[in-house]
Amino acid sequence: MLEIRNISKTFNPGTINEKKALINLSLTLEDGDFCTVIGGNGAGKSTVMNAIAGVWPVDSGEILIDGVDVTTLPENKRAIYLGRVFQDPMTGTAGDMQIDENMAIAARRGQKRDLKWGVTAKERVEYRELLKKLDLGLEDRLTAKVGLLSGGQRQALTLLMATMKKPSVLLLDEHTAALDPKTAAKVLAATDRIVGENHLTTLMVTHNMRDAIAHGNRLIMMSDGKIVYDVRGEEKKKLKVSDLLEKFEQVGGEVSDRMALS
Amino acid sequence: MAAYFASLNPTALWNALPGGLAQGLIWGIMALGVYMTFRILNFADMTVDGSFALGGAVCVMMILQGANPFVALLVSFLCGLIAGLATGVLNTVLGIPDILAGILVQISLYSINLNIMGKANQAIPAGQGVTPFTSNIRYLGQTIALTLIYDVVIILIVYWFFGTEIGSAIRATGINPNMSRAQGINTSKMKVITVAMANGLVALSGGIIAQYQGFADVKMGQGSIVIGLAAVIIGEVLAEALVGKRLNFFIRLTFTVVGAVIYYFVYVFVLWLKFPADDMKLLTAVVVAIFLAVPYFQGRKNTSFSALKKRNAKAKKTASKDQEVK
Repeated sequence: MLEIRNISKTFNPGTINEKKALINLSLTLEDGDFCTVIGGNGAGKSTVMNAIAGVWPVDSGEILIDGVDVTTLPENKRAIYLGRVFQDPMTGTAGDMQIDENMAIAARRGQKRDLKWGVTAKERVEYRELLKKLDLGLEDRLTAKVGLLSGGQRQALTLLMATMKKPSVLLLDEHTAALDPKTAAKVLAATDRIVGENHLTTLMVTHNMRDAIAHGNRLIMMSDGKIVYDVRGEEKKKLKVSDLLEKFEQVGGEVSDRMALS
Repeated sequence: MAAYFASLNPTALWNALPGGLAQGLIWGIMALGVYMTFRILNFADMTVDGSFALGGAVCVMMILQGANPFVALLVSFLCGLIAGLATGVLNTVLGIPDILAGILVQISLYSINLNIMGKANQAIPAGQGVTPFTSNIRYLGQTIALTLIYDVVIILIVYWFFGTEIGSAIRATGINPNMSRAQGINTSKMKVITVAMANGLVALSGGIIAQYQGFADVKMGQGSIVIGLAAVIIGEVLAEALVGKRLNFFIRLTFTVVGAVIYYFVYVFVLWLKFPADDMKLLTAVVVAIFLAVPYFQGRKNTSFSALKKRNAKAKKTASKDQEVK
């Protein structure tokens, strides 16, 4: 369960570049909620993700994960609770390390790392099984450098790494935005499968309205650092892209080309 | 010209080679430290010039106090560890950029080393007996064998360490700090650990060199970062040429030491050619600059604007030729 209580964040306060990125934002996700997040450029979508992940401290408010107050925990200590996939396929993996080494690092998220072997033979067998499920042929390339993989393969691997140790909250920050449509669909299908199988509480930012409607059981729209629309269940299922665009214009958001075209 | 060549003595070169080998093997330990920061952690650590001299100063002063030379080396290692710790803390806790943090510690070590020795240099008196590492021609074989053992043991430890959970975390920190933090790795801690260990090795190397040459000098570390880099880069180029695709971490570490040895062979050779010793640092810097530039230019061979210009010119030429033929 994720509880965000009245968080605010202002970047560059007191300067000409001052930007109120989040204003008194509250959001509660129940266990197993799969919530998609849409909104225009600068609406605060990624800022929410970074606030939850602890990339920097928020100015005020509280963030609780499974009832634990993580507001003051630094990024690496919060990682115990979080699985994260980023927009840039380069960000989520270490390109100059092997696939199995990357996975082994992810498998030890939240654990104390000591002088035991970084990756064991037993683990490699498990990893091969996990990779097989992705259906990208990665199971035979366990010792290949991740830098040799395509963007889609890297994102799928990052997704796997984010979830192989079950996170309390899975944060997907436009994780298919940099991929071609076909690959994006594959990665999204893998996302649905993994989230469903593990009953993961998930927050997924996307620019693609159709994806936002098609995936998850809840949808929120952000504008100017606030949640302006929150819909779930049956009501969400009935949503159409046109509804969202209309709603978007109501709140005075700028519809970017990427959103309109999707 | 003829007189110059006549003055070169092949026997002298032959006799100088074992010394070059010994020094190369000793500097190889230092190069392994540079490899850890420069290549694995992606941290430009300038501390080494100071910590190398620190290792030498500590070692000589301990021996002058009657300490066992091996114990003295252990203390050198520990002092280097602390120097690296200081750089790491300046960088991670105080937010000072890596290069500057290293330079600050390096410059403070100059004063510290002067304080340790009480003057600019200290020699191990001949009456003190022979140290285990020595340039004394009668014990040179022993020095080389002992250093080789040190190199092998250190390579094995470094190889093992970077295969462990902490080692993997350090490698990830060097490659992708954002990913590392997202995976719960304390990147600051990893940086401090690595820079400390690297400088420990550098100081150990400095201590051994001090024993080898029989004295420590406050300036003995000057430019050592460049020699360390030279060793790393020469080793890399050579390993890639000889081993190619099967290049693994163990071979990389081994070739870092080989790079240091080759550096010293070249050094001996150039000195034998009567190249002025004062200009050696300039020569080293030029060599390192060239070796660093080569991969860059190889990468640009097909992507630069000037290469495009050439390709286009060539295409035009052949096109016009085709026209003529028609």
